[in-house]
Amino acid sequence: MPVPIQSTLGMLGDNLRKRGSALPLSRRAAMAWTRGLDIPRGGETVLYTGQMWQMAPAINAMTHRLARFEGSRLSGLFGFARRMNRLVNLTPLLARSSAAERQAYTDRLRNIARLLKAAGIPFGYLYEDDLYAGGLAHDEGLDTVFVAHAKRIQAVLQRHGVKRVITVDPHTTNMLRSVIPKALPGFSVEVKSYLEVLAERAPPVRRSLDRSATMHDSCVYARYEGVLAEPRALLARGGVRLDETEMSGPLTFCCGGPAEMLFPSRSADVARRRVAQLKAANPEVITACPLCLANLSRVAEPDVRIRDISDYLVEAYAPAEA
Amino acid sequence: MKVDTGFLESLRLGGEFDARLCMNCGTCTALCPLGLEILPRRLFRHALLGDRERVLGESEAIFSCLLCRLCEANCPAGVHIAENVRSLRVVLNGEARGLAEA
Repeated sequence: MPVPIQSTLGMLGDNLRKRGSALPLSRRAAMAWTRGLDIPRGGETVLYTGQMWQMAPAINAMTHRLARFEGSRLSGLFGFARRMNRLVNLTPLLARSSAAERQAYTDRLRNIARLLKAAGIPFGYLYEDDLYAGGLAHDEGLDTVFVAHAKRIQAVLQRHGVKRVITVDPHTTNMLRSVIPKALPGFSVEVKSYLEVLAERAPPVRRSLDRSATMHDSCVYARYEGVLAEPRALLARGGVRLDETEMSGPLTFCCGGPAEMLFPSRSADVARRRVAQLKAANPEVITACPLCLANLSRVAEPDVRIRDISDYLVEAYAPAEA
Repeated sequence: MKVDTGFLESLRLGGEFDARLCMNCGTCTALCPLGLEILPRRLFRHALLGDRERVLGESEAIFSCLLCRLCEANCPAGVHIAENVRSLRVVLNGEARGLAEA
């Protein structure tokens, strides 16, 4: 028996509608990663995080806790919990994560900002207006909630006069580039992943890494947005040789992430199969999505090292942090 | 089987449901990382036939789909499987009181 579908989705949808975020994340926490980076507010080109890196530890924690309810009689309480959650935000109880984990995830945003600066690409940030892109509501078919949220994003981008957006994860890239423009015909902003922007700019290599690894392509980058050549070009120039799995590129195998909240056990099974495929190619694994990183890391044995692509790129292309 | 002649129309309103090209070959089922036997070919067949009750009874399968598009990338008929599944979710959510309320 899965986690109750309607109550769990309803709770996340209620959060997005009432609180602007599917999971608990204060505006202060969402912007904390910018400390000391002196990123200007707004501008025609902005780095748009969509709060995915900031939320990944909460998703991780929530998945872990929801797994305990799978098949349990306690899952019958979810309907009541949803009603309560409308009055008092209960999701922080389910999604509490450690400060160290939150720091580890948001450090990837610092990596990305440093990479763009090192490549000489000017960008601003929307700070408290950097909203979640609404992927969960769209994917789960909560279209009323999704469209209302997409309109909030459109209004924010228009208010700031944003013309170009640089994204940091596949889900936000897909929402802003492909999904929202279809739902809101007037939505016209140029959207590129930072991997595409960097690959285009081809910044000088500061240090060749001279190592090998394998690449886990995110389904969304690979099959929805066609971002495949760019990460490979950047890694190759930076001195990373890829031992590809049979299921890579357009045939990449899912990390199991999309099923993590409603079907935690099935999601973990898919993740274990994926880790085994990757490990057979090379136990050093590179991901390019916060959710893939969280889901694969959750099941990986200590002999498999999973890191985000920005960890490699920052070493190869950015000067050391002062 | 009770045929609901308006079911297909409600799916199209929910998203962009179109499974007419599905040949029922089973490539999708063979490739599915979750090994969901019901998804998508049989599910689409029920939908095309207007078997509303049968489709809505498969909510667990419909919501567990990863939308990873591995099936879609290999579908010989070019069916937009992930969007079809999402359309089914939209309709299912409309069925659940209060879930999609604005």
